[in-house]
Amino acid sequence: MTVISESVKEMEGYNLHIVKTEKFKTNTLVWKMKAPISKEEVTLRALLPYVLQSSSKKYPSSTKLRAFLDELYGASFYVDLAKKGDYHVISFALEIANEKFLSDKTPLLRIGMEFLAEILTNPNVANNAFEQDTVEKEKRTHKQRIQSNYDDKMKYSSTRLVEEMCKGERYALHVHGEMDEVAGITAQSLFSYYKKAFSEDELDLYVIGDVSEDEVAAIAHEKIKFSPRQPKLVERSEAVAEREVKTINEVQDVKQGKLNIGFRTNIFYGDEDYYALQVLNGIYGGFSHSKLFINVREKASLAYYAASRLESHKGLMMVMSGIEHRNYEQAVAIINEQMAAMKKGDFSEQELAQTKAVIRNQLLETIDTARGIVEILYHNVVSHQNITLDHWLEQMERATKEDIVKVAQKIQLDTVYFLTGQEAVQ
Amino acid sequence: MEKITFEQLQEELYYEKLANGLDVYILPKRGFNKTYATFTTKYGSVDNHFIPLGKEEFVKVPDGIAHFLEHKLFEKEDGDVFQQFSRQGASANAFTSFTRTAYLFSSTSNVELNLETLMDFVQEPYFTEKTVEKEKGIIGQEITMYDDNPDWRLYFGLIENLYQNHPVKIDIAGTIDSISHITKDMLYECYNTFYHPSNMLLFVVGPVDVEKIMNQIKENQAKKPFESQPEIKRRFEAEKKEANEGKKILEMNVQTPKCLLGIKALHHDQSGMEMLKNELTTNVLLDMLFGKSSVNYEQLYNEGLIDDTFSYDYTQESGFGFAMIGGDTSNPEQLVARLKEMLFAIKNGGLTEEALLRTKKKKIGGFLRAVNSPEFIANQFTRYAFNEMNLFDVVPTLEKMTIDEVKRVANEFISEERLSVCQIMPKKK
Repeated sequence: MTVISESVKEMEGYNLHIVKTEKFKTNTLVWKMKAPISKEEVTLRALLPYVLQSSSKKYPSSTKLRAFLDELYGASFYVDLAKKGDYHVISFALEIANEKFLSDKTPLLRIGMEFLAEILTNPNVANNAFEQDTVEKEKRTHKQRIQSNYDDKMKYSSTRLVEEMCKGERYALHVHGEMDEVAGITAQSLFSYYKKAFSEDELDLYVIGDVSEDEVAAIAHEKIKFSPRQPKLVERSEAVAEREVKTINEVQDVKQGKLNIGFRTNIFYGDEDYYALQVLNGIYGGFSHSKLFINVREKASLAYYAASRLESHKGLMMVMSGIEHRNYEQAVAIINEQMAAMKKGDFSEQELAQTKAVIRNQLLETIDTARGIVEILYHNVVSHQNITLDHWLEQMERATKEDIVKVAQKIQLDTVYFLTGQEAVQ
Repeated sequence: MEKITFEQLQEELYYEKLANGLDVYILPKRGFNKTYATFTTKYGSVDNHFIPLGKEEFVKVPDGIAHFLEHKLFEKEDGDVFQQFSRQGASANAFTSFTRTAYLFSSTSNVELNLETLMDFVQEPYFTEKTVEKEKGIIGQEITMYDDNPDWRLYFGLIENLYQNHPVKIDIAGTIDSISHITKDMLYECYNTFYHPSNMLLFVVGPVDVEKIMNQIKENQAKKPFESQPEIKRRFEAEKKEANEGKKILEMNVQTPKCLLGIKALHHDQSGMEMLKNELTTNVLLDMLFGKSSVNYEQLYNEGLIDDTFSYDYTQESGFGFAMIGGDTSNPEQLVARLKEMLFAIKNGGLTEEALLRTKKKKIGGFLRAVNSPEFIANQFTRYAFNEMNLFDVVPTLEKMTIDEVKRVANEFISEERLSVCQIMPKKK
């Protein structure tokens, strides 16, 4: 069985990935650009997509641009930033109705691709600078965007854990950059960064929908061209040697304590051990049948949520839970006990089987959305591998109890972060 | 079994009302891996004053009980239903809204088995004093989590401003105090009153064999001895037309202020096509006023009053409804002043045919995007059906909408006396 059939074509300066499927009533285009995340450029890079999406030469104001998208049957267009391991990834996503389902038969896919090309290659620029006003407005919004991370305590505590745990590593940088750096950005400096990014980044275009591959390739070839490049890669960081567990308590005016715990797995996407690690995470904390949910929530009644997730391109596993301040010790103890149980192989064949079934289900569900398909396929670009989803599922199904216990041995507790409303009682 | 075809969308919907009163809908989705099913009762947080089944007197139940019941239905004598679903490769969930409680699963295998589990766990309650007590700790943490969430506080703060008596103003999960009074007997009383099949709807969407699934559901239901139940009697106190309070400021541990302007619905007694038209027209109006392609949006953005968290929405249910406009802002007072100016200016003109056409196109495309999602179809179809509306009337109704209708709605809906504002401000040090 082939669950996704992806065709990849080498284009000028980028790869074109097409997934032809009839299940959607829309066509989805996602443009991705990836570069190593760096302290010097992270804030510039984070601001760039917001400036690009707000106007272009042809659509010089955001009102004109948005009116054009509304006319295209409300095409949805948005940008997104992500950290994938040591890389900073920008996405531009356009989802546009398939005219097959409309009484009006305007060729929307072609118009959509032309629009995307316009945004990427024809920005509103004069004298080697973006338009001043736009840049200033977007800087203001961007500051608010950075600041809003503080107001959402679940996000805040996750970011703080990474900051503490990965101090000195690229991964500690924030996806939206630094507040202090925003003011210094100028319309000129942002435009030079634009040129740099489009000549050095690794570029990929995904087209998902009921499309003709030849037609898409022809339009892409005609409209979107960049110079050839050799993508910059970051060497995989050395495994961090086991060190003393770092404990951070931060006091703020919050009603619920947020407990975030970071483990180093030192296992990356596509590694031999990676599939067993996925199953391990599933048994430990990935689902509502997992050990964390059962023991922290159902048995001890300490929390509404208690879960773990993997950062596959950085070799980390993160646990998160919201608890009462006074239950900190007990919650940490349970979370550690459950990890000890994983290391001892203290889990049943049934837990193993049900976790595999749920992981398979989750992946198959993910590819029922166009964005899900893109995100799954993009793992291969980030890791420079070529793992099909079928292979992924097969390897995951093969993981044995022994494999999982072996993987569990490699997992090191690194940092315990607690955002609490109450000073520690001595 | 009735078959309804939507030609333009290339979708087919199958419907049957079973002998016990349950409404069953199946929408086959070819090419998809997953099947998504929801089993929903027309019972939410607002249904807190009613005559229990077999009784004669109205009772008032503790705030948060519908949501509490939703949690407790997952626990059975022999364990947790989540476990059973995941053994069967499914992922299960549930949610409680103002007017509905929905139980759902999605799975890419064992669909029939999972569907059986869904119907059986919802229809076989098992509540004990011990498990009820244990749940209070878990839900207590859910409530505390929302207490720290400024967007949630802002949203409920505004509803509290708009409504004086209607239970929509009560937080869906209740408070730590209100849930402390919940007992297993109260849960059974609510369950017996509201979980009769005649008050429920089952929706299945996915790559399924329609005939087979319908037969399975019928067989499952036929095995269960439901006696026919009289109509449920709910009571709502009279609610004034005007907003209850004009303004509220909440201080929280945030850095960026937040601000929402709300307008209380004018019609509290609509249903069916009338409601669908009114809700849709009001949403079109808001989109023409504040959509990203509007002049207003551009001005507010240029003036530094809004950012990409800015949003607007209008929802209407039987007995309550509201529009909400706003988001994060560096200057809530100025944002409110400008929003009011824009709202009242539109009553004097400015709604153009051209903008309506654009908004219609946008909404039609948005609907196509939405029906890619099995979750959207099942959940929204159910919400529409409980209000005697049909989700698939959205596009034809949009197509027929005229500028005069939008103007009429603008004139009657926008009113100072039904308007209110809620703000979240950073705590003063």
